[in-house]
Amino acid sequence: MAFADSPSLLIELYRTMARIRAFENAAEIASQGGVAAWGLAAAAKPALVRGPLHLSTGQEAVAVGVCKHLTHQDLLTSTHRGHGHTLAKGASVVPMMCELFGRATGTNQGKGGSMHIADFSVGMLGANGVVAAGIPIAVGAAHALKIKGEPHVVACFFGDGAVNRGPFLEGLNWAKVYELPVLFVCEDNRISATTPTAPMTGGDGAMARARSLGLDGLTVDGNDVMAVHDATATLVAQVRAGGGPRFLHALTYRFKGHVSVDPGTYRDATEVEAALLSDPLGLARAKLLALGVTAGDVDAIDVAARAEVAAAVAAAEAAPWPEARAAFEDVANTGGRGPWR
Amino acid sequence: MALMTYAQAAATALGELMRVDPRVVALGEDLGRGGVFGQYRGLQAEFGAQRVIDTPISEAGIMGAAVGMALAGLRPVVEMRVVDFALCAVDEIVNQAAKNRFMFGGQGRVPLVMRLPIGIWSASAAQHSQSLEAWFAHIPGLVVVTPATPQDNHGLLCAALASGDPVVYMEHKELWATQAEVDTNEVIELGRARIARAGNDLTIVTWSRGLQPALDAAHALSAAGISAEVIDLRTLWPWDRDAVLASSARTKRLLVVHEAVQVAGFGAEIAATVAEALNVPVKRLGAPRIPVGYAQPLENESRLTADKIVATAKEFCK
Repeated sequence: MAFADSPSLLIELYRTMARIRAFENAAEIASQGGVAAWGLAAAAKPALVRGPLHLSTGQEAVAVGVCKHLTHQDLLTSTHRGHGHTLAKGASVVPMMCELFGRATGTNQGKGGSMHIADFSVGMLGANGVVAAGIPIAVGAAHALKIKGEPHVVACFFGDGAVNRGPFLEGLNWAKVYELPVLFVCEDNRISATTPTAPMTGGDGAMARARSLGLDGLTVDGNDVMAVHDATATLVAQVRAGGGPRFLHALTYRFKGHVSVDPGTYRDATEVEAALLSDPLGLARAKLLALGVTAGDVDAIDVAARAEVAAAVAAAEAAPWPEARAAFEDVANTGGRGPWR
Repeated sequence: MALMTYAQAAATALGELMRVDPRVVALGEDLGRGGVFGQYRGLQAEFGAQRVIDTPISEAGIMGAAVGMALAGLRPVVEMRVVDFALCAVDEIVNQAAKNRFMFGGQGRVPLVMRLPIGIWSASAAQHSQSLEAWFAHIPGLVVVTPATPQDNHGLLCAALASGDPVVYMEHKELWATQAEVDTNEVIELGRARIARAGNDLTIVTWSRGLQPALDAAHALSAAGISAEVIDLRTLWPWDRDAVLASSARTKRLLVVHEAVQVAGFGAEIAATVAEALNVPVKRLGAPRIPVGYAQPLENESRLTADKIVATAKEFCK
């Protein structure tokens, strides 16, 4: 494809990856001491990010390569590891960081945090604390688009662990039965929380399971943003043309532990070192240099991303907490009359 | 007014709603042939298979898809056949539908009516007979509706769909064939109880299939000189606390009766509320904490009957 020769496209993709990396690095620092688990003591000072923070560091190319093909009218469901999907779909850094900090100015008004981050205004229908739970929701959203005759598509992200849950089967079957406009994206980082996925999975894995339900798709190197981009271009075009659901199996690696305060010591150090050689940002940088972009220009992208995120951290730290009464708002319309609700 | 069954009343209401609102769709197993209890009869013929959707046997898929449909602008009505099957979709109900609006900071709404029929019916034994309304009343974000009459199954279904919230709509399987005159223009508000029979000595609160044995019991009690007021709660969340408190304050005795297991049943919530607010004695009558058995003598142990209510009320009013 012609895409691979275009520095301007790769620069754009690199910029989004750099913003995700900078966002998650800053959030990781802000979360230290936030969860007194994994054998680590809680810090004396409460962390700015209090709750579980699942980082997608090392997986940025999947989010960016896929979301480049989506408009704000297209919809997306995500996982507990959803910062990258949210940013790549077009959400802004400041309200996202405010949400991680639990502030009233967050995307969710401080009610969800990292694990439930969402920005409906850009078609991002939410991260989810339950593995595979986003799959039927994505399928239903696509069903609604089809019923309403709207020309949009839904991207449904999940991890390799999700293929062992029932909603994976039910959702993929449903999408095929009704030929719905969904692109399923399996971000295969090879690990289910803290346990390798392969020994836990019968048969030939995600793509084989998708094919067994009648879905066509592609397997790509999920650390190569251009490869993800090009494969998604093909699949999304088919979905938009009314061809029914498609499946993208993206092979990648999670650099960090399950949550930010998990050092991930259960992994073989040589496996991590090998994976770091395939850092999607490193690979993209090398390709940019080969295409004639200067190291200084690439560095400038990183610097700008870090500056944007640093400003967001400062804004989030200064942002107001939600009023306590907000705990009672947006529960339901029909909550009964009076204080016992 | 028109004579219709409890099942026909629901089908009539859904048809009316689908005619005026193209966002309303129905989905579930066997809907094309009218639903397993005939409560969707005629709807697919009128509205087509795109709006009255036959689904695979995939309860989690059905419920999750309905959440996605609601987020994307439809107003789905989900059929789960029996509440027991909805247990395959508890994540989708409790973690997804009920939490969505709150945890995403009010960005979205889940206007979704999930029909989860409850109750003992036709010797259906342990996995097709449960009354699990208290489970769902416990979950913030859910509305819980339990119609007892054809009139209410029309009016409350309309109100449920209009509410904009995820509604757990629990019809009772033994009521499907119950016939009565229905005024399709009557508007019923969620959270409003109905005084089904006025009385002075005792307040009996019930809902769903508890209503008829409670009325039969009140009739029998009147012969014994006890005047029982019967309140059909109609919705368990929100529930009509004001009506129950006003009646209990007047009669000075509250008895809550339901078919569900008594332990941690919704009757406990009502009794506790009245006991906390008023200095009146309270009593509960529900099923023993046993699975519903198949053989008639076993099933009878779980059934709520007028005789059991009369005996409990007489003891209570001594």
